[in-house]
Amino acid sequence: MEAKIQNIHKDIKAKEAYFSATQFQLIYARFRSNRSAMIAGLFLLIMILLGVFADFISPYDPTIAGRDKDYEHGAPQIPLFWDDNGFSLRPFLYTLERYRGKDTNFRWVYTLNKEKEKRRYVYLFPKGWKHKALAFNVNLPGKKFDFKIPGFTFERHLFGIDSGGIHLFGTDKAGKDIFSRTLHAIYISLAVGTIGVFIAFVLALIIGGISGYFGGWIDGVMQMITDTVRVIPPIPLFMVLASFAPPEWSSETRFFFIACILGLIGWPTLARRVRTHLLSERSQEYVLAAKLCGASPSHIISRHLLPSFTSYIIVDLVISFPYMVLSETALSFIGLGLREPVNSLGVLLQNATRADVLLNYQWYFIPVIFFIVLVLSFVFVGDGLRDSADPYKVLKK
Amino acid sequence: MNSDQNLIAIKNISVDFSFQENFLSKKQKIQAVKNVSLNIKKGSFVGLVGESGSGKTTLGRAILAANKISSGKVIFHDGDKDYDLTNISKQELKEYRKKAQLIFQDPYSALSPRMTVRDIIAEPLEVMKITNTREETDKRVREIASKCRLNLEHLRRYPHAFSGGQRQRISIARALVSNPKFIVADESVAALDVSIQADILNLLKSLRKELNLTYLFISHDLSVVAHVCDVVAVMYLGHIVEIAPSRELFKNPRHSYTKALLSSIPSIDPEKQSNAIELKGEIPSAMNPPSGCVFRTRCPNPTHDCKEGNIEMGLIEVNPGHWVDQCCVNCK
Amino acid sequence: MTDLLNIHNLKVEFDTDEGRILAVDNVILKLQEGQILGLVGESGSGKSVTAKSIMQLNAENAVYGDNSKIVLEGQDVLKFKENQDLKVIRGGKVSMIFQEPMASFAPAITIGDQMVELLLLHKKISKEKAKSTSIDMLDRVGIADADKRFKQYAFELSGGMRQRAMIAMALSTMPKLLLADEPTTALDVTIQAQVIDLIKDIVTEYKMGVIFITHDLSVIAQTVDYVAVMYLGTIVESGSVREIISNPKHPYTQGLIEALPDLNNLDKPLKPILGDIPSPLERPTGCVFHTRCKLFESGVCDNAVPPLSEYEKEHTVACFKVNNNE
Repeated sequence: MEAKIQNIHKDIKAKEAYFSATQFQLIYARFRSNRSAMIAGLFLLIMILLGVFADFISPYDPTIAGRDKDYEHGAPQIPLFWDDNGFSLRPFLYTLERYRGKDTNFRWVYTLNKEKEKRRYVYLFPKGWKHKALAFNVNLPGKKFDFKIPGFTFERHLFGIDSGGIHLFGTDKAGKDIFSRTLHAIYISLAVGTIGVFIAFVLALIIGGISGYFGGWIDGVMQMITDTVRVIPPIPLFMVLASFAPPEWSSETRFFFIACILGLIGWPTLARRVRTHLLSERSQEYVLAAKLCGASPSHIISRHLLPSFTSYIIVDLVISFPYMVLSETALSFIGLGLREPVNSLGVLLQNATRADVLLNYQWYFIPVIFFIVLVLSFVFVGDGLRDSADPYKVLKK
Repeated sequence: MNSDQNLIAIKNISVDFSFQENFLSKKQKIQAVKNVSLNIKKGSFVGLVGESGSGKTTLGRAILAANKISSGKVIFHDGDKDYDLTNISKQELKEYRKKAQLIFQDPYSALSPRMTVRDIIAEPLEVMKITNTREETDKRVREIASKCRLNLEHLRRYPHAFSGGQRQRISIARALVSNPKFIVADESVAALDVSIQADILNLLKSLRKELNLTYLFISHDLSVVAHVCDVVAVMYLGHIVEIAPSRELFKNPRHSYTKALLSSIPSIDPEKQSNAIELKGEIPSAMNPPSGCVFRTRCPNPTHDCKEGNIEMGLIEVNPGHWVDQCCVNCK
Repeated sequence: MTDLLNIHNLKVEFDTDEGRILAVDNVILKLQEGQILGLVGESGSGKSVTAKSIMQLNAENAVYGDNSKIVLEGQDVLKFKENQDLKVIRGGKVSMIFQEPMASFAPAITIGDQMVELLLLHKKISKEKAKSTSIDMLDRVGIADADKRFKQYAFELSGGMRQRAMIAMALSTMPKLLLADEPTTALDVTIQAQVIDLIKDIVTEYKMGVIFITHDLSVIAQTVDYVAVMYLGTIVESGSVREIISNPKHPYTQGLIEALPDLNNLDKPLKPILGDIPSPLERPTGCVFHTRCKLFESGVCDNAVPPLSEYEKEHTVACFKVNNNE
């Protein structure tokens, strides 16, 4: 009897929760039941953490400063727990020895020394190269706008090795650690994506919002502007910009510039969505009810219209992200976007186009896997969000 | 008619809509409401019936200053102050909004789905700045909600938790919260099941007594209108063709259209054979209405003059309180 | 005379996010040719789902009960799975007309093309014959200038005409059974009367069976021969329309009739049915109506589902209180 009453109470509580749930709670509940979206969300979270904490996790400075001269074009080194010489709790690597002499035609030949004494052990939280957090050094055109924020300096990293180098994904031509470069590339891509999406979003809200809310000739004019911007071909645009960009700009400035431009040409699609949502929502009867109370347009937009499509806008944002990332990758790959020494996927891939890389140094392509995972997880999360987005619509199974 | 008793006096109003296919083609005019005069007495329950295209919704919204009135006058008498809706200042419009409200037809689209019921009902108070503090607002919301049989837990919920009838009650509460004198109920029971319809109609009737309201009840359902309204006005293609107290209208309809409408209502008694007067043809287009009496193209027995379109439309009082368009008066 | 349509124990559930929802439970219906059966009920009563089950037009997540049988001219159409067999029912032997005629016609194709397409799908006739049959049908349903209208698009017709055109299209394949799902609800009352007369004439002329679904009891009274009253997926009362309307026994039917405005007695107060229709997720145990019933008896009405039993000839009621008092 007790259990029955308790069950009834639980039911009532659950029902009440459903009745009083805000739209975000409903969306979240729906999202949770979508397994592929949750898994994608987990991957996305891991990727984001890897990017944000790239400095901490990478054992080496991804720029020239951190290169390992003794290990150029090096193959990936995977730490082992066990070998013929016994088990070790601490993962270790073999020492690499180089030898060159007459018999090898004076070319460097690498051999692995598998002796137990020559093992190198991996350590957690060793001291390594200095990296900064929250430090900004912005050089904008014109000396007046330059500013510097010192930020915090750290020395600790996630893992390192007692001697020699540990290169999980190998090294490139100059000896730079690909693992570190990959993590930094994720960070750069996320940053470009964020700035680009942010700019696109703000512009889309303003232009799409005005267009959709007021309609009439304002809408007509705004739509013409939108269509014009949408048909601007990105590649010629970037070629022109690349040639105009002064070479003395630092890589950071350049990075900021590329991100802004991507945002400035990316807003039309989003603006169109905002406008469509607004046009359909503003003829809803509850909007008329608010108008009949004398509500001002700003009240109607903020109280009625915006909440009604916030869920869709979030979906749009998440789905636009991978497009930004891929656009930046493509541009950097053909040389119009970011360049060395900045790490981005496009830059990393540029190095991978040579024949000897394709034949001999395949580990240059490992970053691609990371990016595929990153983009796919964005897409799956976006899809999952879109399916859960309208909490008041009944989901079809 | 004593003008103190009229809450709203509508004199010869027309509401036109202009419409343009695209911004290069010519502007076309549709007269949704043409030359309509109606007096709504204080405390009465006036019914406005008509079929699709009759202009009843447009008229209702024009009286609430939601549609622009192209010609004529609408005067709202509120005790000592008169509001002329065709010539109203911004400040006066704000005051008018507190006194005249609308209840919508579709309970599903009339409530903002992302706001709690409490917020929906409180919105008019907050926008029109009727209350100053949150406590005052809450008190008033609770007061009106209980009058509409909504209890405290309902206030915390979102519209998706409610049935059609309950949502309509929320709509009614929202319309009443600003303490209006005049309510336009636009097909407010059309989307509800019959058993719930009766419930909402009873609620409207009891609220009228309790809060001294005046209603304009727009509907296409004559039997519903017959039961709740004191006076009924029948509209066809933007014109009012007959006005009469409801009992009189149903016992003694004078206009051919009214007669046809009444005869088409299916009777609940299966034995009673339907003797619906058949109206030939289709409702003419509002862009191109027939000259003279707009009903002449479908009237079952027009006289020669009617058919030619020689007779202009205009209401004539045939009995006290019973007005009929002169085309049909002449027929008899 | 064998029944045209015989529905046994129809049970339909829907698999949704919130679980399995019972939409129709234990529906038993019979129909002969030349008869009009009305299904009346309010929202959530399951009347549309019942009709759509005959053509298996319910959504993909519909689950039919194991004992459910819909026998149309001797064949259990619920068992049909092959496209070939289903084609025979859908549009061939059974036609359906819907509430919203604008939604039934494809907007970018002329009405004539759609009618001809339908005919060619179901009958082996030439295109010319299909065209002439369609124009004849349009004429038969009272559309003037049928050959001109044949070439028009759906948006060019008024609401009443569109509904007639839809009836013409449904009838052109000479179906044995016509399902009319709220055909007059969206129409003006003057047009409604004409469409009802049209349906009645056609039934007499073509000897079809018609299932007429509506929530409007007055329309039912004027149109059908037999009526079944549905509430929350079950039939609570059924029988000849004269009997049910003049002598309703189930409290729900009585409530429905009492809630109707009566034009002959304008002073009579309107009596609603107290309470609200429970959501399908909270289906009451026992008799589904017991939460709102004035005759409710605890222990009896909430314990078991009352069976549809015969109260009189051509009058069955599902209520413990009514049948017990007999």
